[in-house]
Parts: sequence; C-alpha cells; structure tokens
Amino acid sequence: MASVKFENVTKRFGGFTATEGLDFEVGDGEFVCLLGPSGCGKTTTLRMMAGLETPSEGKVWIGERDVTRVHPKDRGISMVFQDYALYPHMALADNIAYPLKVRGQPRPERHAEAQRVADVLQIGHLLDRMPAQISGGQQQRTSLARALVTPSDVYLFDEPLSNLDAKLRLDARGFLNHLQRDMGITAVYVTHDQAEAMALATRIAVMDRGRIVQYAPPLEIYRRPATTFVANFVGNPPMNLIEAEARIEGGQLHLQAPGLHLAPLPVPAALATRAPGRLTLGVRPEHLALAAPGAANRIEGRLFANENMGPETLVTVTRTEGEARLTARIFTDEAPRLSGAVAFGFEARHLHLFDAEGLRVPGDGE
Amino acid sequence: MTDHLRQFLGRAGFAFFTALIGAIFALPLVWFLFAPFNSRAELGLAIPEPFSLSNFRQVLENSFAIRALGNSLIQSVGGTLLVALAATLASYALSRSPLPGKRAVTYVLLLFSSVVSGSAAMVPIFLMITRAGIIDTHLSVILVFAGGLLPTAMFILRDFIDGIPRSYEESAMVAGASPVQAFFDVALPVIRPGVVVVVVWAFVNIWGSFLIPFILLRSAEKMPASVAIYSFYSEAGTPIVTLLAAYALLYSLPVVLLYLFVSWKFGFRFFGGIKA
Amino acid sequence: MKRFSLLSPRAGAAFITPAGLLVGAFVIVPFFWVIYVSFTNRTLLGRTALNPEFVGLANYLELFSPHRFLDPGQFGFSLVLTIQFVLFSALLGQAALGMALAWLLQQVPKPVKAMTETVVIGAWILPEVVIGFAWFAFLDYDGGTLNGMLDAVGLPRGDWLLDYPFWVIVVFNTWRGTAFSMMLFNSAFASIPPSYFQAADVAGASSWQKFRDIGLPLIRGHVVTDLILITMWTFNVFTPFLLTKGGPGNQTEVLSIYTYRVAFRDFDFGKGAAVGVVVMLINLAFALFYLWVARKRTPGGAA
Repeated sequence: MASVKFENVTKRFGGFTATEGLDFEVGDGEFVCLLGPSGCGKTTTLRMMAGLETPSEGKVWIGERDVTRVHPKDRGISMVFQDYALYPHMALADNIAYPLKVRGQPRPERHAEAQRVADVLQIGHLLDRMPAQISGGQQQRTSLARALVTPSDVYLFDEPLSNLDAKLRLDARGFLNHLQRDMGITAVYVTHDQAEAMALATRIAVMDRGRIVQYAPPLEIYRRPATTFVANFVGNPPMNLIEAEARIEGGQLHLQAPGLHLAPLPVPAALATRAPGRLTLGVRPEHLALAAPGAANRIEGRLFANENMGPETLVTVTRTEGEARLTARIFTDEAPRLSGAVAFGFEARHLHLFDAEGLRVPGDGE
Repeated sequence: MTDHLRQFLGRAGFAFFTALIGAIFALPLVWFLFAPFNSRAELGLAIPEPFSLSNFRQVLENSFAIRALGNSLIQSVGGTLLVALAATLASYALSRSPLPGKRAVTYVLLLFSSVVSGSAAMVPIFLMITRAGIIDTHLSVILVFAGGLLPTAMFILRDFIDGIPRSYEESAMVAGASPVQAFFDVALPVIRPGVVVVVVWAFVNIWGSFLIPFILLRSAEKMPASVAIYSFYSEAGTPIVTLLAAYALLYSLPVVLLYLFVSWKFGFRFFGGIKA
Repeated sequence: MKRFSLLSPRAGAAFITPAGLLVGAFVIVPFFWVIYVSFTNRTLLGRTALNPEFVGLANYLELFSPHRFLDPGQFGFSLVLTIQFVLFSALLGQAALGMALAWLLQQVPKPVKAMTETVVIGAWILPEVVIGFAWFAFLDYDGGTLNGMLDAVGLPRGDWLLDYPFWVIVVFNTWRGTAFSMMLFNSAFASIPPSYFQAADVAGASSWQKFRDIGLPLIRGHVVTDLILITMWTFNVFTPFLLTKGGPGNQTEVLSIYTYRVAFRDFDFGKGAAVGVVVMLINLAFALFYLWVARKRTPGGAA
C-alpha cells in the first residue's frame, strides 16, 4: 500500500487544458472517488497516475517515489478499465493470470493464483471460458480479478461499472464496497455517478473543468457542498437552487424570490462586512415537505409533475411562468393526489447559501 | 385483398427479375461446369458423356502445368507474407505511435499507389528490375506485388487497428508488460482478423494477376499459372480445350476456397475498395 | 521530454521501415523514373538501350501530333476509346447494374439473393485469365454458349469478337466489375435504418418511390465514391487484353494495352513512358478529386 500525491499537475492536449494545477493527496488505504461530468478531467487524472499520460507540468508521487516519468509497468499499480480490456483470445484464467505471466511466474503457480482470486470473486467456475462467452457482470469481475491478482501499491478504477445495467451495477457496487472493507486497499476510482461515489468513497474529489472544486468525505460533500456546482452534482434529484434578492435590514438577512416566503435569517459572519446583493439559496428535495398555506417558511408554486417512485413521490412545481422549477421528495400518501397550487415547507437549518460566484457562504459554526 | 395480391405479385416479380439477372451473369461460366469433365470438350457447350476426369489426369501428368501452379504458389505466398508482415508493422505504428505526420503518410501512399497503376508503371518497373539484375526471378514478382499492394493493405489495416481500443495494450502495460510484450501478447492476436483479411486479399490479387509476371518473367520454368495457361494453345493459336478447361478449374480452386472461407468466417461483409 | 506512448517514436519508425522501403522502391521510384524515361529515347534493344539520349518533349509531341492523333493505333485513338470504354462499361454498366442489383437484393427471398450474389461476386473474384478464357468459349462462333442460345430462339448468330469487339469488352467489363458497385451499394443501403423504409411503407410508397426518395438520396456519398473508384480502375484495366489482345486491328486497344504494345511490342520505352505519365496525370486528377470528396464527407464511408 502507498499514498498518491499530485503536485501542481497540469495536462494540456494541444490547446486544450484537461487538468490545471491539480494538488492533492490520496492517503494510504484510502478509497478516493474522482467525481465529475464527462470532460471534467477525471479520467485524465487517473491516467496520469497510471502513467498512460504524462503531465505537461507538475509531479506525480506514489509513496516516496517520483513516478512522473515512470513507465506504467514499473509503477506498482493495477487498473480496471471502463471497457474491461479483456483479451478476447485468452481464456479467463489466462486473462487473470496475465500480470503474473509478464512477471515470469510459471504457469501452474499463476493459474493457482488466478483460481484463488477468481474464487473470491465468484467466477472460479468460469476460468476455462473465453471472455465472449460470459455475461457483462462476469466480464467486469474478471477485469477486477486481473487487477487484484498481483499485490499493488495503488488500484485504479476507470468507471468500471458504467457498462453494466442498473441492477448489476448495484450488485457490483456492493461487492466493491465489501472488497475495500475486507482488503483495505488504496484505490482511486473515477465515476460520473454521484451515488457510486457516495457509496464507495472515503473521500470524494469533485472535479469541474480540470480542477478539483471540493475534496472531502462523502457526507461533508453532501451536507456542505462548496459550490453550486457540487450542490447540483451530488444528490438525486439535485439540490434545488433558487436565485434570491438579498438585503440586510435591522441586523437580519432578508431573502426574496418568486414564490418564496422566508422569515429573516441571522446574518452569516461572512456576509457581515459586504452587501450581499444576489444570493443563491439551496435546499435539498428531501428537506421539503408539504406545508399548510400559511406556514412561515414556505415555497409556493403550481404543480408541474408528480412522479410516484414507490416509497416517495417526486413533486415538481413551477414557481413562476417558465423555468423556475423546484422538486421535493415527499413521503406522505397524499402527494400522488396533488394538483393546482402546492406549498412546500422547510426548516431554516436546511438552507444552503451561495454567493454570486456560486461559492458557499459558510453558516455559523461551520 | 387485391392489395395483398398486388404486393405478392410485386415481390414475386422482383425475385424473378433478380434471378434472371443472376442467370445471365452465370451464362459465361456455365461452360466451365462441364468442359473440365468432358474428355472431348470443345468450345461449344456440351454435357459430358461420359463424365470423365481424364482431363485432370492429363494436367497432373503435365509437369510444366504443375510447376506453374507451384510457381503461382511461391509468388503468391511470398508476396502475401511480405505484404502481411510489412503492413502489420507499419499500420500498427501508424495507429499507435506518436510519429508526426502519420495521417498524411497514409494518404500520400494511397495517392501514389492509385496514381502509379500497372499500366503507367510497367515501363519503369521493368527497367528497374532489369537494372537490379533480378529480372526473370520469383523475387522480382514478389517484391513488385508487395510494393504495389502495401499502401492499400496498410490503409485497410490501419483502419482496423484504429477501431481497436487502446485499452488492450494499456492494460497489458499497467499489468507489467513492456511495449514489445504488449504488441506480441495482446495487440497482434487482437488484430489477427484484420491481418487475415489482408492476407486473403493479397493472395487472391497476386494469384490471379497476369500483367506483372507476364512482363517480368520469361523462362518457362518460372511462369505462374496465369501466364503458363497460354502455353495450352497449339502452334496455330487454337486452344487445347480439354487441358485448358481442367487447368483453369484447378487454378481457380484456391480463389473459390478462399472466398468460401471468408464468407464463412466473416459473412463476406464488404471490406473496402479491396480489389484493385 | 519523454512522454508516454504505446509505441515510442523510434520503435514506430522501425516498424514503418520495411513497408516504407518496399513502397518507396516499387511505387514512388517508378513514379519519378517513368517521368525521366519519358524524356529519353530509351529502347529495349540496340544502342539506346544502354545509352538513352535526352530527347526533350519529343515523345510527347509524337503522342499529341495533331494530324494523326486520332488514327487507329495512335495515342489519341486509344484515349478516346478508353473514355468511351469507361463511360459505357463503368459508369453506365457497372454502376447502374450494381445499383439495380443492390436495390433488388434488399427485397428478394434469401436463396435468390444468395445465388445471385454468389454468381456476380464469382465473376469478380475468379482469376482474370480464367475469365478471359471462359468468355472466349462463351463467344465462340461455332459452338459458343451465346450463339447456341441465339440458335435456339431463332436469332442470327454472330462472330462477336470480330464484328463487335468494342461492345464485347464493354459488356465483358460490366460483367466482370459489377460486383464491386453492387456490394458497395448493398452495404450502403443496409446502413440506412430500416425504420426509414418502414415509415415510407406505412405512408404507402412503392418500391420505386422508396428508392428515389429515400434510398438514393441517403447513399449519394457512396455513389460518388463508387463512380470515382470504378472510373479509375476501368481506366487502367488490362484484362480486355486477355480477350482481344487489343484487336482486331486496334479496335479494342485501350490505353493500358496501347502502353503495353508501344513498350513491349514496339520496344519504344521512351514513348511508352510518356503514355504512362499522361495516364498518371489523369489518375492523379481522379485521385485528388476522390480525396477531396472523401474529406468533405464524414469519415467512416466504405472503401
């Protein structure tokens, strides 16, 4: 096991900057997810750890070693690829044992080792099949087995579950989680699926346009998103963001927006010295509930959509004519029967404030 | 109801019309189905009576004819191996290495190869081969074919290799393989179907070609079948039909077998502008 | 700075070398050599075989000499003949027939499709000398299959190779090469989503309307590709030689056969090379046009 460290790493492809000034560390035994939309630079970051791309600037460390210019084969890493990269001309046993083969292990030993790992991953009975003869989920496990068959300092995962259908993805996710708890490996895991990142990571690095915008444990990301981008990206459905007119009057913060009724808030320390102007108000769908029309803190709108999900109902309203929509997760039985005017209530402690640049305004006590 | 009838008649009409075109296409070949098995075959169409293999026996006893088939084999296999080997290496490099201007290289080669056709290049190729002192050798035929077929072979293979995910080699290297190991362990087996296509294509091209060996070879013991077949004409210029028919069938056999092989293996899907 | 790549530039260069040498020696060198030879009076035998003299544009002036340019056996005659040959056998014959077959094959029962395809492709892949011989037998005056059939339906027989040699090689080349256009158009039609045609079916379109309104417009790019390629190939094809040897007289002496005769029968390499250069220029025009079209189209087209 070892840590991974990026020192001011920039990668440019021609005129395009894929990552800029990345500076972060993955601790020994951590499971870090690089989370972001496509094109945010997360895969490039992973490939620079693997040595499949060379940084334009900056340094990459694995443990105590500067590996910036080290060939992938000499980095002491394993990697699972998005398309699995199972060699179609080799049986599963040979696929899994390939890393041992290039290390010169004799055939019986490496096949015994492949068998051991395959048994752990519950594909031990398939070893003489060819990759084309097994299911997608089994292929995924095979690629996992090939990564796990050699002890490595760091394990890299490039969207390993994105080619599975929804049900299998959940299974595999649980399995990975179990494996990580069992083996305590150092892992870096690229995904665009926020639920996957939340479920697996010890820390999440949320990336946007080549930069890390927040690097924190999952719950921290969920509870205190650093920017509107993070707030919007983590959580399903995403956090509701409401543009509001803000002014400070009588030592209190007043927020105004169409359909919004909000009792004045205490002024956060960060806003005490500057005029707030416009702020963005955030509230998660699960923190909204159906409210009586007269409740103190409420948002009103007209019903737009009403999606019954089983345990909950996703109720979407429009606050104004047009685009200003708002979604709530409602767990009561009357939700499916709503129509016309709807009001949601919430508690002030569940509100998030972001300034005009989209940066979080820390509440008191943060 | 009448609509259905009309539709049915329409479909039947199409089928009949298509079959008719097919039949017309088959006409020039029908003679070939019978003549080789007719010991008294002439240019006229006749059903063999009795059905006989004597023509083939005659061919097999003709050492010149057999040697010509052997020569075709030497030249085709030699040329094909050279094309496959050089094209595989080159197109792998064109696809995977960061050589500057590699896209332009492929297009320039393709441009040259389509501009320098057999009819344009027969004079300089003859002169070059003469000056190199390898006129009238198998080697000359092999080299000229290899050079001429390579650009298209490289184009086909580079396209094929470009379509193969780089993650195969990347995963091999992450697993600890050197670039050379990754090439032989992983890349080469994966691109083998593409190489097979090129091999079949090159073989069929060389095997069936007439002009190049016709110009470059003159001693009888080096002639491939495509040229040697013209020795089955009598002094007066009339063909010895029995021999010719059987020989032509034997000579066509590898091409037919390869066609069957390709259509069995790949469903003879269309592979590019592959026959020059 | 050392950057990671699957194959280092040095290894890449080494991988390319064998192909580069072969193509250089047998494609690129001939390209320049033929230009050089075309300015000399090089012959196969005699004094100028070893010590050819520089003759400037003499070979070209002879090719284009105005008062006998179009006489049979002259360059101009072969050029015009070749253009007619391309027009009738490639553009009208192969492309139109290939298109018709490709369209018909989309909608006929599988056995009919398989058999027709096999025969048409067979005409294309069998070795050219075999094909030449098969046609020689097919067209034979006394017992040939064609005359036999004409007899059977009461039509007059013909000595086709003597009386209509040009039309024989036109039909022959159409027959020989239709497979390529058929296969290209077939794969082009197959790449159109079936729902397009089903939507037209629902709207009540006939097969002809579907072809005209949906099929043809959607494969326009492939049609251009096909036309350029078969034009280039037909322009350079030598196979008619196997049927007619360019005769009778010079009636089927297309450019490739003309070049062969000038260089290897008359042993006038300088003049043969000059023809080669003109042919290359024409090829170049086609090839550049093709690359220009291919570049305009999105990548991924066949051929």
